[in-house]
Amino acid sequence: MNIVVCVKQVPDTATERKLRSDDKTLDREAADGVINELDEYAVEEALTIKEAHGGEVTVLTMGPEKASESIRKALAMGADKAVHLSDEALHGSDALSTSYALAQVLKKIGFDIVLLGSESTDARTGMLAAMLSERLGVPQVTLANKVEIDGSSLKAQRLTDYGFDRVEASLPAVVSVVEKINEPRYPSFKGIMAAKKKPVEKLAVADAEIDAAKVGLAGASTEVVDFADAPPREKGQIVKDEGDGGVKVAEFLASKKFI
Amino acid sequence: MDLLRVDDQLTDEERLVRDTARRYAADRIEPHVADWFEEGVFPAAELAPELGELGFLGMHLSGYGCPGAGAVAYGVACRELEAADSGLRSFVSVQGSLAMSAIHKYGSEEQKQEWLPRMAAGRAIGCFGLTEPDHGSDPANMRTHAKREGSDWILNGSKMWITNGSIADVAVVWARTDDGVRGFLVPRGTPGFTTRDVHKKLSLRASVTSELSLDDVRLPEDATLPGVRGLRGPLGCLSEARYGIIWGAIGAGRSCYETAVEYARTREQFGRPIGGFQLTQEKLAWMEVALGQAGLVALHIGRLKEAGKVTPQQVSFGKLANVRAALDIARQARSVLGANGVTLEYPVIRHMTNLESVLTYEGTQEVHTLVLGEAITGLSAYR
Ligand SMILES: Cc1cc2nc3c(=O)[nH]c(=O)nc-3n(C[C@H](O)[C@H](O)[C@H](O)COP(=O)(O)OP(=O)(O)OC[C@H]3O[C@@H](n4cnc5c(N)ncnc54)[C@H](O)[C@@H]3O)c2cc1C
Ligand SMILES: Cc1cc2nc3c(=O)[nH]c(=O)nc-3n(C[C@H](O)[C@H](O)[C@H](O)COP(=O)(O)OP(=O)(O)OC[C@H]3O[C@@H](n4cnc5c(N)ncnc54)[C@H](O)[C@@H]3O)c2cc1C
Repeated sequence: MNIVVCVKQVPDTATERKLRSDDKTLDREAADGVINELDEYAVEEALTIKEAHGGEVTVLTMGPEKASESIRKALAMGADKAVHLSDEALHGSDALSTSYALAQVLKKIGFDIVLLGSESTDARTGMLAAMLSERLGVPQVTLANKVEIDGSSLKAQRLTDYGFDRVEASLPAVVSVVEKINEPRYPSFKGIMAAKKKPVEKLAVADAEIDAAKVGLAGASTEVVDFADAPPREKGQIVKDEGDGGVKVAEFLASKKFI
Repeated sequence: MDLLRVDDQLTDEERLVRDTARRYAADRIEPHVADWFEEGVFPAAELAPELGELGFLGMHLSGYGCPGAGAVAYGVACRELEAADSGLRSFVSVQGSLAMSAIHKYGSEEQKQEWLPRMAAGRAIGCFGLTEPDHGSDPANMRTHAKREGSDWILNGSKMWITNGSIADVAVVWARTDDGVRGFLVPRGTPGFTTRDVHKKLSLRASVTSELSLDDVRLPEDATLPGVRGLRGPLGCLSEARYGIIWGAIGAGRSCYETAVEYARTREQFGRPIGGFQLTQEKLAWMEVALGQAGLVALHIGRLKEAGKVTPQQVSFGKLANVRAALDIARQARSVLGANGVTLEYPVIRHMTNLESVLTYEGTQEVHTLVLGEAITGLSAYR
């Protein structure tokens, strides 16, 4: 089983995140980079599938040099090798062009199953799984909270608002996961030490037959026109219970149409 | 806060170690440790296999199932564990840096094969018996002795203040022989070998401390550690464990500092946060400086150790400086918390009392001061 996990490095949600004023892209230097949290679940699922069915887990990341820290973490968790797509030409890519670039790499390296997080914590479009499956011409199974592999097909449970769907797809397929799917392991120290010996293949756009005109800021079909800081949170309203606390809280909730 | 951003000097690998250790402590230790402390227990049977699985036990040793991490990675792990509790770090230090490192350094191949993989996995626990009721700072005059009887050895004596003593599957016991001090591996259950726990401690309560009694304990020749004779055996291991304390103390200090900062920002008196008063700010600023300095000392000594250049005097420097800093931080932080500072609802007084043991074990502050005094003057004040 050739399992590829797409891992994105995102700015740590615990630190302040900023957009650059010059080209309105994320200032990735200003914040500590971490693995997109849902991608840890995708890595865990990949490792679980490998443990049950054998095969190899490859981490695929598109991102600047610094993203190698996140690759290292995925390798420390137990992935076997990594492909790092890194090129100045990619800076400012939108979802459409990111999916194009990743799809080109996936065609080159081959796969039986591609695992993704269901969305990133920075851009949060949640569209990559759908876009990738379209570009690769394979089934998409999104928002999976359970995946079982059965020979040449997979059965999954999809989380929905009303419960879950049971879906089946033939392999190869693209699967995005939600955090209910598993509990990601901590990288053990042995895993961390072993990670530095695992192969990381660096690719530039030309190596993956990516047309540089279709990626980056210039190739993007969307444009960030403007941005503004979120308004500071207003101070909460404190209700003092003088025998009528319950009533006051209920009135407040009613005024906001919660009840 | 970490104004100096000392951690930016860590490698990716060291940062991953830090993150794993921090997450483990936050998930598995911090929610319970105040209760363990209050009840005076350390759930070793439950925690040891988890610590082993992640690679904390014998972390800096190589082969025999140990991860072979660098000195700084090991230090960072000690720091994160001790930020939860010094008792946890003590467990890991005694297992890895004292018991396992004694076997790793001085053991025969059979001894290593028998014990190290199980100890690395947390399926066997070790302790290290050097201190005696009447000989602490001065182990050279230890009473415990081993005498030949045919090809066997007969051990008599007692060891005191031994971390993990009653829960150990194997005790590394140092005893005098006609041939100088030697190390013996004493398995649990050996006839004549008994343990009794020290109760009524007000420090390191989430850690097992025991007395070991050796009453005509008969051991075969292959129970001795063949690789070393003389006091440099145990002292070599202590230097390893002390190194971990240089980092560990920062963790305890940091936890106190963070608690104090949070408290100072939110606790209001005289109509404003106490963090707005200059006297409180002076305490917090001083703690920040002390932690930054301690962090630099630890990192510097760690890099020297990785380069194979560190001296015992430098390790004494680090232990002396960083434990003192951590204890001062804990005391200052305690005062910032007012009455809340004396309860186990906050980690501060737990760290503060724990650090009193850390100040004493692995060479007291006074002994390390004398080591530096000797290095500076060329005159030994104690031997
Ligand atoms: C604040 C901000 C707003 C943005 N808004 C838009 C916008 O509105 N429209 C737009 O087209 N672009 C936008 N972008 C650009 C965006 O960063 C990229 O288009 C991004 O790659 C799109 O995917 P996503 O992160 O939304 O992916 P999602 O679909 O949310 O991510 C799902 C999964 O895809 C995988 N994945 C995503 N990116 C990568 C990667 N680089 N390498 C490997 N795996 C990856 C991961 O497994 C991830 O969990 C924005 C960027 C920022 C910083
Ligand atoms: C919780 C805990 C766990 C421990 N775990 C272990 C363990 O696992 N294994 C182990 O072998 N030991 C262990 N110890 C013992 C510890 O290492 C000793 O307590 C320490 O070495 C000091 O010895 P002592 O208590 O006998 O004090 P003493 O040596 O009696 O010292 C008393 C005081 O006199 C001072 N002093 C002594 N000599 C001089 C001098 N020449 N000049 C100036 N001042 C001097 C000391 O600094 C100290 O202030 C542990 C101790 C504690 C508290």
